[in-house]
Amino acid sequence: MKALGLDRPIWDQYIIFLTNALQGDVGRSFVFNTPAIDLILLRLPATLELAITALILANVLGIPLGLYAGLKPESVAGRSVMAGSILGFSLPGFWVKVSLIMLFAVELDWLPAGGRGETATFLGITSSLFTVDGLRHIILPATGLSLFTMALVIRLTSAGVRETLPMDFIKFARAKGLRESRVISVHVLKNILIPIVTVVGLEFGGLVAFTVITESIFSWPGMGKLLIDSINFLDRPVIVAYIVLVATMFIGINLVVDLVYAVLDPRVRLSDAGGAGT
Amino acid sequence: MTIVSSLTPEQRAVAEREVYVETPLRRFASDFSDSRIALLGLAMFLAFISLAVFAPLLAPQNPYDLSTLDLLDSRLQPGQSLSTGQIAWLGTDGLGRDMLSAIMYGLRISLSVGVMSALIALVIGASVGLVAGYAGGWLDAVIMRIVDIQLSFPAVLIGLVLIAVLGTGTEKIIIALVAVQWSYYARTIRSTAIVERQKEYIEAARCLALGRGVVLFRHLLPNCMPSLIVVVTVQVAHSIALEASLSFLGVGLPVTEPSLGRLISNGFEYMMSGSYWISFFPGVALLLLILSLNLVGDQVRDVLNPRLQR
Amino acid sequence: MRGKILGLVGESGSGKTVTGFSILGLVEKPGRIEQGRILFNGSDLRRASPEELRDIRGNRISMIFQDPMMTLNPVLRIDTQMIETIRAHKKISYDDARVLARDALGKVGIPSPDERLAAYPHQFSGGMRQRVAIAIALLHKPELIIADEPTTALDVTIQAQILSEVQKLCREVGTALIWVTHDLSVVAAIADQICVMYAGRIVERGSTESVLDGPSHPYTNGLIHSVPGNNRPGTPLQQIPGVMPSLLSLPVGCSFRQRCRYADSMCMAEPEFNAVETNRDHIARCWHPLAEGRPA
Repeated sequence: MKALGLDRPIWDQYIIFLTNALQGDVGRSFVFNTPAIDLILLRLPATLELAITALILANVLGIPLGLYAGLKPESVAGRSVMAGSILGFSLPGFWVKVSLIMLFAVELDWLPAGGRGETATFLGITSSLFTVDGLRHIILPATGLSLFTMALVIRLTSAGVRETLPMDFIKFARAKGLRESRVISVHVLKNILIPIVTVVGLEFGGLVAFTVITESIFSWPGMGKLLIDSINFLDRPVIVAYIVLVATMFIGINLVVDLVYAVLDPRVRLSDAGGAGT
Repeated sequence: MTIVSSLTPEQRAVAEREVYVETPLRRFASDFSDSRIALLGLAMFLAFISLAVFAPLLAPQNPYDLSTLDLLDSRLQPGQSLSTGQIAWLGTDGLGRDMLSAIMYGLRISLSVGVMSALIALVIGASVGLVAGYAGGWLDAVIMRIVDIQLSFPAVLIGLVLIAVLGTGTEKIIIALVAVQWSYYARTIRSTAIVERQKEYIEAARCLALGRGVVLFRHLLPNCMPSLIVVVTVQVAHSIALEASLSFLGVGLPVTEPSLGRLISNGFEYMMSGSYWISFFPGVALLLLILSLNLVGDQVRDVLNPRLQR
Repeated sequence: MRGKILGLVGESGSGKTVTGFSILGLVEKPGRIEQGRILFNGSDLRRASPEELRDIRGNRISMIFQDPMMTLNPVLRIDTQMIETIRAHKKISYDDARVLARDALGKVGIPSPDERLAAYPHQFSGGMRQRVAIAIALLHKPELIIADEPTTALDVTIQAQILSEVQKLCREVGTALIWVTHDLSVVAAIADQICVMYAGRIVERGSTESVLDGPSHPYTNGLIHSVPGNNRPGTPLQQIPGVMPSLLSLPVGCSFRQRCRYADSMCMAEPEFNAVETNRDHIARCWHPLAEGRPA
């Protein structure tokens, strides 16, 4: 009791907590007896690895699928993509992940059901993405985590394509004799990339938050799993450390998204040259 | 009765037509039934409700009366029969519990927690949003800033944090769900209220020197109902899914209140050894429940959307 | 027709823009070309393969659009949009293409083209944007430019500048020009030949003087008389009564007959092109061609 300072009055405890928190110290874990922030930071790389892989997956698969659905909205494949994206929105995430394990790990036995595989260090970054075993382990959790974001990307992309195609500047690009591939990949894509980057960037925070569920299901040793364990053990300092870290991350992500937005859209860049009037 | 029977068929038809007055509710019902898939959703949802309400009567066994359970029946595959001779259509779990019965009782818990939290959130969120929209000024600014901040974080995260602070337990889960959801209602009703406030009937009510509460709840609120109803159907689905997620993580409802999420999570342990049904069927039930609510919600939104009204 | 200017005149919805797009094979679904030929240097463009057509677009035939605010891609720099056009038709290095682009900008009268190359469309005014579009259209010294009302969205003073600029450039390069417009005064100023369109068809064709001085089709006559400058001050403007029929439900026979004061039973049959008596190159699609403002 004394060592933890629990004998002091509550406001005293709060003031001590605030002073320490401002210095980046939110206390020691009751369970592990190490500084809670260190504990969280130790688990951060695994979580980031999962979230970033999921984000990449969502875009690498989602943008082409959305493009296709937007260019050929009447085709069977286009309709199926859109229907699939609706499912991706309305299905509860954890159930999809459980089904993934059921199908690919238990029934087909193609991929491991959980855990983080071997890691290797490359360019000073230790990650499971650099080993075959690690890649095999990350496929299922990253896919499960990416589905919601992927559905979002598909819908944004296809809506963007359908909005952009009838524009005059697309017709002008064709009248200039450009190849269709360039019209789509430069003129259409660059225009719809702006809303996609904004939403997807903000969605990255959501991905990090949803790792809580993914990590629990796939026993991925990240900070989300640590959070659930800490809630069950009532390990308050770790919970506080998690909240502080995630809140900081959200603020950081918002800032980065704003900056990227300015790079992509020339119209929001500050400039004093020329006006928009006739 | 005698009068009616003395009428000719034509006269009766005319009389019946006159009795049929198109109330808003009737128009809503007829617009709603334009979509077959929405009707299917509604039928499914009503079926789930009856299963949940009458679970004690309909279920083959009481899954939480330990005296009726037989460990010899554990992990039976779907379709095998229990030691009592009954057939376990959806198999049994590790304790020999009939999954069909467990799912019906689970629905009861999932639905009641989901609906209750959605309704409490409705009352709180709608009142706050109504006041913010009607009052405007700094009060509105402060309330909406809180709402914006809250909405920028994923619901699961806020739920987890609240549970981390409050601890676990049925009423705490409901508090967490309400805290997550009130902001959706507040935002919706505020945007409607701001539009309605400009209209003349509100001005008329204020000129009559009616009390503020009367203007707010008797005049403004009913006109904000359509948008609110849309949010309710969607939010009930959300809160059921959220509760299931939390229970699945083991931080939701206590073990004594096994909702669908908890059933899925319990079955998850057995899945590795091939007993897929313990987790799978509660999952299907949850899926269909959420899907049916979404189908109903989509159609309600289309019917009540003022922009689509003919 | 090298170096000549054709004015394509008609009111909104008469099919002028679609005519321009169909020449380039850019008609969008569900629209399609039902019949007829599009002759360009003796070959039918409708028989050209998509790749052949693509190589003709922007290279041998280019187009200038109506609204300069919408024709340039807002998120791409001017140099990107010019260089891609050059490199779509010519195997040439990026840097060489950039030099060509800069020269083209200078030629259409954009000051300090070197700096402006790196700018985005929103940093230009409407008139400047249309100059950029014209520069893009002229990049490959095309044999034909289709200009779809390129000055209607601009201020009057800028209109005149652009007009004379385009005229000068076409003469220099030897490019033929189809100038699509609803504005007869513009056509009178620059065109060598005039085509008048009504409800998707050409109803009168001839040299500018011949058509404007002695219109043969009653519709052309009506158009000329509804221009304010042709009337004595104080007298009410003459109008063409009624509205153009929808292209989806054209009347039987002459499509102008419901609005024509000379229409009779003959007009129930579709008129063919007839040469005007005094001038073999001046033809009109009418049963009652006018001479001196009255039916002959």
